[in-house]
Amino acid sequence: MSGPLIVGVLVAAGVFLLLRPGQLRLVLGFVLLGHAVNVLLLAAGGLHRREPPVDGGGPESADPLPQAFILTAIVITFGITVYLLRLLRRGARRGSRPPETWDGGPR
Amino acid sequence: MVPVVGPLLAAAVLLTLPDRLVLRRVVALLATAAVIAVGVVLLVATSDGAVPVLRVGGWPPVVTITLAADPLSALLVTVSAMVVLACLVAAAGTGDDCQRAFLPLTMVLSAGAYGAYLTTDLFNLFVLVEVMLVPSYVLLALSGGPGRAGAGRVYIATSLLGSTILLAGVGLLYGVTGTVGLADLAGTAREVPAAAAAGGVVLLAFALKGALVPLHDWLPRAYPVASPVVVALFSGLLTKVGLYAIIRIYAVLYGGDPAYHPLLVAVALASMVIGVLGAIGVGSMRKVLAFHMVSQIGYVLLGLALFTAASLAAAIFYLAQYVLVKAALFLCAAVVGATRGTDRLSRLGGLAASSPLLALAFGVAALSLAGLPPFGGFLAKFLVLRAANEVGDWLVLTVAVLVSLVTLLSMLKIWGVAFWGEVPRAARERTARPGLALLGPPLALGACALLLGPLGGPLLQVADDAAAGLLEPAGYVRAVSGR
Repeated sequence: MSGPLIVGVLVAAGVFLLLRPGQLRLVLGFVLLGHAVNVLLLAAGGLHRREPPVDGGGPESADPLPQAFILTAIVITFGITVYLLRLLRRGARRGSRPPETWDGGPR
Repeated sequence: MVPVVGPLLAAAVLLTLPDRLVLRRVVALLATAAVIAVGVVLLVATSDGAVPVLRVGGWPPVVTITLAADPLSALLVTVSAMVVLACLVAAAGTGDDCQRAFLPLTMVLSAGAYGAYLTTDLFNLFVLVEVMLVPSYVLLALSGGPGRAGAGRVYIATSLLGSTILLAGVGLLYGVTGTVGLADLAGTAREVPAAAAAGGVVLLAFALKGALVPLHDWLPRAYPVASPVVVALFSGLLTKVGLYAIIRIYAVLYGGDPAYHPLLVAVALASMVIGVLGAIGVGSMRKVLAFHMVSQIGYVLLGLALFTAASLAAAIFYLAQYVLVKAALFLCAAVVGATRGTDRLSRLGGLAASSPLLALAFGVAALSLAGLPPFGGFLAKFLVLRAANEVGDWLVLTVAVLVSLVTLLSMLKIWGVAFWGEVPRAARERTARPGLALLGPPLALGACALLLGPLGGPLLQVADDAAAGLLEPAGYVRAVSGR
């Protein structure tokens, strides 16, 4: 039961942050959404199976494939988060437009 | 293997090379030319119905990364590589590639696109789409004009949301079926409702990436801000991968389930109408062309939605010729931007007199986009209409004809203002003559558009083969799964 709950809370928080104005909230929202999807992937492999899959493994051994997926997804999300923060920083330093507007237009 | 690894290696080499622009250009051009060559070889190899499969590293089918080429993949790899080649030459003309990061980023982006066309499992599709998108964020931010920060944010946020939804969809599909390989998933959505729902999440993500109405709004906002060469590159690769994924997933996972035809037809018609109407109200060449992208994507989707052998062949033919034509039009906009310093219609005029070759390239591509004979666009539209006629759907037929009429109208608007109109005073002193590197790519692509009309037979043959493969994916499935 904990899996769906965690995903639900993370998605709700992420979507809430995405819908708020402001760049930093956008970045944080995507971080939370990324985590939600990672938990979802983990749950897709079955959360009750916890035995390590090495050395033959038994029927209760965890499914390694979703874990490999998550590893890849974490790397991608991390890279894009860093790039987004970099963009945010550049925009703030230029001061070309207040960082709170998001669409290039007035709020 | 070459289409994915070749450009990636080229990107690595480009990063280590010293700042010798000529040398760097040669490396990028050679890598892309190699991909075109491999694409043609694949086209020949797949013409008899064979599906060449590569399991990277020779691992068993479950754990390996499998690449497979059927006529559809081979055709799209070839056409995309042609667009990349044209864009590289044009970038040399406009000076876009003087930025040190431009060439490596272009190479990585194209590698991701080729890989997405060739991969056979959904998770690798996600990874390769990311490989394609991440350089595009940087390219948009590097090359953009004023307003790029806002447009860049819209673009990145939309793409990121799409990728997150895609990953969630892949995860759900894995949870339901226990596999992400397309071959193992073939037809499951028809039997397992939960798999159909999970596949729907994946399709939603690709509809966002492919800019289908009602998820199209980001495209006309984000694309026109980038430099025209970059937009040409994006239009040839990014949204088309989304469209390809929709075609492939709907054909394989859903087996063309007729229950979803009304939905697809509705989305296709809405895309066609809203895209073409949006193009009427905007004032720069790039914006008009960006809206037409939305509209033209609708035609391809229409071919998919009808899901007969004729309509699928029409959709694939349409997709291939449209990628070339659209790139030609954006590269014409690049020439205009480089010579006049703007592509706003209100500040243009008299281009037909000052550069007749550009007028020729634009005219051919624009008429082909609108679907006038004898150009390739006419044949493509005719095929879609004929397929719709066979199904006997009069609403579809009427809308498709009206939309191409409005397309012609808005192409005539650009032509009338920018090419025939009076030269504005501001433009008189700052008119440069376009060089061969600038004019060559749109002319060559325009020639392709012209030749595809009377000499479209071979492409039509490939499209027929690809349609047969989509309609009956058993051969593809057998080759990929190795059983």
